[in-house]
Amino acid sequence: MSQAPLLSVRDLRVGFATEEGVVQAVDGVSFDLRPGEVLAIVGESGSGKSVTAQTLIGLTRANNARIEGSVQLDGAELTEASDAEMRRLRGERIAMVFQDPMTSFNPVYRIGAQIVEAIRAHRPDTSKQQGKARVVELFEAVGIPKAAQRVDDYPHEFSGGMRQRAMIAMALALEPEVLIADEPTTALDVTIQAQILDLLEQLNREHNLATILITHDLGVVAEVADRVLVMYAGKVVEQGTLDEIFYDPQHPYTWGLLGSLTRIDRPRPHRLPQIAGQPPSLLDLPDGCPFRPRCPHEFGKCSEYPGLDARLAEAPEHRDRCWLTPEEKREKRMVEGQIGLEAPR
Amino acid sequence: MTLLLEVTDLVKHFPIKRGILIDREVDQVRAVDGVGFQVERGETLGLVGESGSGKSTACRAVLQLIKPTSGSVKFEGQEIAGLGRRQMTPLRREMQMIFQDPYASLNPRKRIGQIVGDPLKRQGVASGSELRRQVQELLERVGLSSEHFSRYPHEFSGGQRQRIGIARALALKPKLVICDEPVSALDVSIQAQIVNLLDDLQDELGLAYLFVAHDIGVVRHIADRIAVMNEGKIVEQGSADQVCEQPKDEYTKKLLAAVPIPDPKESRERHQRSSVQ
Amino acid sequence: MTRFIARRLVGMIAVLFAVSVIVFVVFMVLPKQNPAQTLAGKNATPLLVKNIEAEWGFDDSLPQQYLTMMKKVFTGELIQYEPRIPVDDRIIEGIPATFSLAIGAALIWLFFGLLLGYLSAIRAGGWLDRILTGVSIAGISIPVFFLGPVLIYFFSNKFEIFPNGQYVPFSEDPAEWLKHLILPWFTLAVLSIGFYSRVLRSNMLDVMNEDYVRTARAKGLSERQVMTRHVLRNSLIPIITLFGLDFGATIAGTAIITEAIFSIDGVGNYAAEAVQKFELPPIMGVALYGAFFVVLINTIVDIVYAYLDPRVRLGESASE
Repeated sequence: MSQAPLLSVRDLRVGFATEEGVVQAVDGVSFDLRPGEVLAIVGESGSGKSVTAQTLIGLTRANNARIEGSVQLDGAELTEASDAEMRRLRGERIAMVFQDPMTSFNPVYRIGAQIVEAIRAHRPDTSKQQGKARVVELFEAVGIPKAAQRVDDYPHEFSGGMRQRAMIAMALALEPEVLIADEPTTALDVTIQAQILDLLEQLNREHNLATILITHDLGVVAEVADRVLVMYAGKVVEQGTLDEIFYDPQHPYTWGLLGSLTRIDRPRPHRLPQIAGQPPSLLDLPDGCPFRPRCPHEFGKCSEYPGLDARLAEAPEHRDRCWLTPEEKREKRMVEGQIGLEAPR
Repeated sequence: MTLLLEVTDLVKHFPIKRGILIDREVDQVRAVDGVGFQVERGETLGLVGESGSGKSTACRAVLQLIKPTSGSVKFEGQEIAGLGRRQMTPLRREMQMIFQDPYASLNPRKRIGQIVGDPLKRQGVASGSELRRQVQELLERVGLSSEHFSRYPHEFSGGQRQRIGIARALALKPKLVICDEPVSALDVSIQAQIVNLLDDLQDELGLAYLFVAHDIGVVRHIADRIAVMNEGKIVEQGSADQVCEQPKDEYTKKLLAAVPIPDPKESRERHQRSSVQ
Repeated sequence: MTRFIARRLVGMIAVLFAVSVIVFVVFMVLPKQNPAQTLAGKNATPLLVKNIEAEWGFDDSLPQQYLTMMKKVFTGELIQYEPRIPVDDRIIEGIPATFSLAIGAALIWLFFGLLLGYLSAIRAGGWLDRILTGVSIAGISIPVFFLGPVLIYFFSNKFEIFPNGQYVPFSEDPAEWLKHLILPWFTLAVLSIGFYSRVLRSNMLDVMNEDYVRTARAKGLSERQVMTRHVLRNSLIPIITLFGLDFGATIAGTAIITEAIFSIDGVGNYAAEAVQKFELPPIMGVALYGAFFVVLINTIVDIVYAYLDPRVRLGESASE
């Protein structure tokens, strides 16, 4: 299964100069995305997952931003592409869907018009009628009923779930090769979330659409992802296949995330396992492993920054940043019979 | 008498008005359409529903923050539905609320000590150095340090702000705390901290909670009993285990089926099962 | 949308009715003095007062008096008594001057205010922004009654570029019309230029941070398209309401001071005279004239706003 990767990211670093110092939002992220694959990037606030995604299409370019590393799409280096080249790529080759569909559409224009705008930005010869017809087609493909009428509706006339479908329709308008979905279901009700995830999965299957899914919700990851990147404080702390991450997690932060999940299908624990402490401030990171302050398994070597290495002989693609030996990890991650981080008090 | 809160047939309608010169009511939004439940002393009732289900409106109607259209709300046997502001003031000591958005529910211009101490001051419970002492005690109880007294909200993270909101709610030693989506806006790793804190405080102080959320997983963890709301009505009510493991109502089943299971194998099996059906 | 417009028009009539009642009550009913005395003015003879009493029917019931007053207003019988001229004639005479002043100044303040605001916003934080901010604040801070005479002193008396006042009708001499209005236009516009540029700058900075602007970029729109179609379009909407209020008020007479300084014989000047001499009929007339234009312009603004921002058209379309 070695297909050449569609998107290849190597050692991506994004730093922002602020009044309080340089905030290294992304600190050495590398991954490949193969055609048709769904890669989930998991993390909480400050993890750098959104900045990574936005940097791929050049949305973070600004005077105070310093972008280093390499992003290659089909061999073309994007970090060095001109603004005009990046603009051509956005929507056409890599499309992005954002978290809040209410605020992601301009409230004063009709939704159909906004999608036609996206189409015409790249195919200026398309007439408005052709554009509209394409929108109706797209609405049907994403499951918006009464498509022909709804094209002329305003964003506030759609419900949350329908708006998100419209956003996805807009992203697909030009048949991109990569879809980046940044927390696409976080703002939605759980029943709607299930529908949107089904839709994303269907699109991935039917169109072989490579997808980068950014989320903090491991339940969502389990439903749709092929491979997973776990990010913390701007760094990747673990990466592997879906099963590897869920059944053989190697990093304490991953254990913490898995452990603090509520599971409907299991009896409830007496106490919800938690991760102690706060999400890190990027201005004030400790030396060595960034997770140290919150890790109950910290020991001497942790003051040395761990490399992202494959430490399991049988899984060369499964990498993590933790100095514990594989045996220690297997032992320490079991808390009261489940994978978790802390012993509940 | 252990029954703290008894809500019967609670209704809240919002009129839809149309007209050219004078607005006439043409229809109503039935936000809360005949809701009934009970909360015993020291227990947690979880109220689960999606957006538009009416759960937040129901909370506000219970607390008389908005006036119910009809129905009964009895707190410790006393009817409070429709009571005016002045009559509610002494009762406010017994019923408090924690809000969803830790960034919006704290006044950014006030210091933490002031935010937590205001209820005490306003109800005339304490002042001066005694007030300060009580506030510091509250801060420590929710896992903050007493030296945070003179800081401003923006200096804290979301989870910490939520703790401040909890300290504020507890200041008057209420019997009932309504938690309106208290963890939805927080990072996953912090959600567990806050849920555990609320659990601990309940054990320590004998609080009763009306815990409102859209995440049935979290609610199931903390609630003794669960009521499921949809379109202004309660469609199912029972013990937490009962509702989650043996749901009777179609909507409840749909809700439970939609919750993503963070387990790839289970998830795949579930998909196969549903596609076979 | 039509229902919205209908509502606004009906509302407009209702407001004008309310204003006329208030004018009636304030001027005719409330004062302790015999209203006929007030109407007659400072140098009234007893005979005049008696005549007025008969004419206006102060023995009638209040609603009847109101109707008499409104009849006089609408049939052009509202007369000031010293000199004896119909009020509405005088107002109509003054309209070209006031409108020329107001419309010209409005166009100037809109153009420069929005231009400065736009430049400030896109270069926010930079040196251009700081300079323009200073200019705006200076503009907002300089009062008309100071700026006017200063400009007259420099540009009229000292350097004799512009005339120092008076209004020349356009029909008489377009070139002179223009020359005479340049200083008054500028005087009246400076305050608003400063104000509008600050408002646009602030709106744009808010809108630029909105999610939909990010979406527009992610779609691959050019910076120019993002700026005009999304940022400007949304930033300008609140400015329309502001403009409606300002322009309405200017036409209604806040140009009073400017007209007085530059000796422009418009409605504002008429109002100033009437207040000085305390003549009731012209005061009433100008109040009603002002109310009419303020309400008319604000109604137009409301309708335009609803056209531009679909969220405002309450209850017009069903949401899902």
